[in-house]
Amino acid sequence: MANAADAHGHDAAHEHHPTAGTYWKVGIILTIITVWEVWAYYIPSLVASRIFIPMLLILSAVKFAIVVMFYMHLKYDHKLFRALFTGPLLVAMATVVGLLFLFGKVAVRLAA
Amino acid sequence: MTTATLTADHGHTHGAGGAATPEHQPHHTTLGLDHRKIAIWAFIGSECMLFISLISTYLIYKGKSLVGPYPHEKWTDPNTGETFNAILNIPVTSASTFVLLMSSLAMVLAHNAVINRTGKAKWWLLTTILLGTGFLGFQAYEFTSFVHEGLTIKTNLFGSSFFTLTGFHGAHVTVGVLWLCTLLAIDLKRGLKPEDGLIVDLSALYWHFVDVVWIAIFTLVYLIP
Repeated sequence: MANAADAHGHDAAHEHHPTAGTYWKVGIILTIITVWEVWAYYIPSLVASRIFIPMLLILSAVKFAIVVMFYMHLKYDHKLFRALFTGPLLVAMATVVGLLFLFGKVAVRLAA
Repeated sequence: MTTATLTADHGHTHGAGGAATPEHQPHHTTLGLDHRKIAIWAFIGSECMLFISLISTYLIYKGKSLVGPYPHEKWTDPNTGETFNAILNIPVTSASTFVLLMSSLAMVLAHNAVINRTGKAKWWLLTTILLGTGFLGFQAYEFTSFVHEGLTIKTNLFGSSFFTLTGFHGAHVTVGVLWLCTLLAIDLKRGLKPEDGLIVDLSALYWHFVDVVWIAIFTLVYLIP
């Protein structure tokens, strides 16, 4: 059995499985980020600035990553599960960027 | 299970020593991973592709509607002179976003309660179901108010792509709520044990995925003008 455990290298990961306290902390962080996003939406000068959209995208990506790592346990789980999720996610991200260059506002700007 | 134990939360084998190898477990692959967990991750990966196609469609059509109502700007119908306000209701959607985030917290606490035998699993599952149903209620309110304000799936490109994207997401939430109801029924009937951790984990992974999809939708559709 030791072989099976070693082969997968997960016993250490199990020992570091998040506790309920960690889940609550993550929930509080997610709430703070959401409040931050909505607060930013109501500041006209910030909305008009060039940092608004990048800031929202970064905050959204942070929330996404936190949920995936801690609530979906991908940080602690087998690398195959990580690959099954991040592989299609990367393809999907490349697809949306490609489509925006082809048909979206990015394409319009390039054409202009 | 003296030779190997299916871990409640990760779906692969480890145990107190013995001759059993992972491939001898009924639900295990030769990697020692439970095939059901591999399947749910593969399914979630494919769902990424589905939702990114819907989000891409929304982004490509964004700002290309010929007639209103529009998501973030007022619009006056040149034929009737009727003015339509910006259609998105950010306070309501912010509240529904918070509700869905908290449902993810409740779900992970339900899973934690099952694998640690705290006896609170049914309460956290019930909380998750109620929060998920609350989110669906917010969405029903939003859709209804949009239709009353003149935006349907046939009105313009924004309406078509918006209702398709958020409608698909709402359908996924509905499936998730039904799935959680079955877990709650099992818990009420015989009690969920640590050995059942994997079936709770599978539903939790689906539920959290629905949550992360909404995180992306909330930013891309609602907050970015």
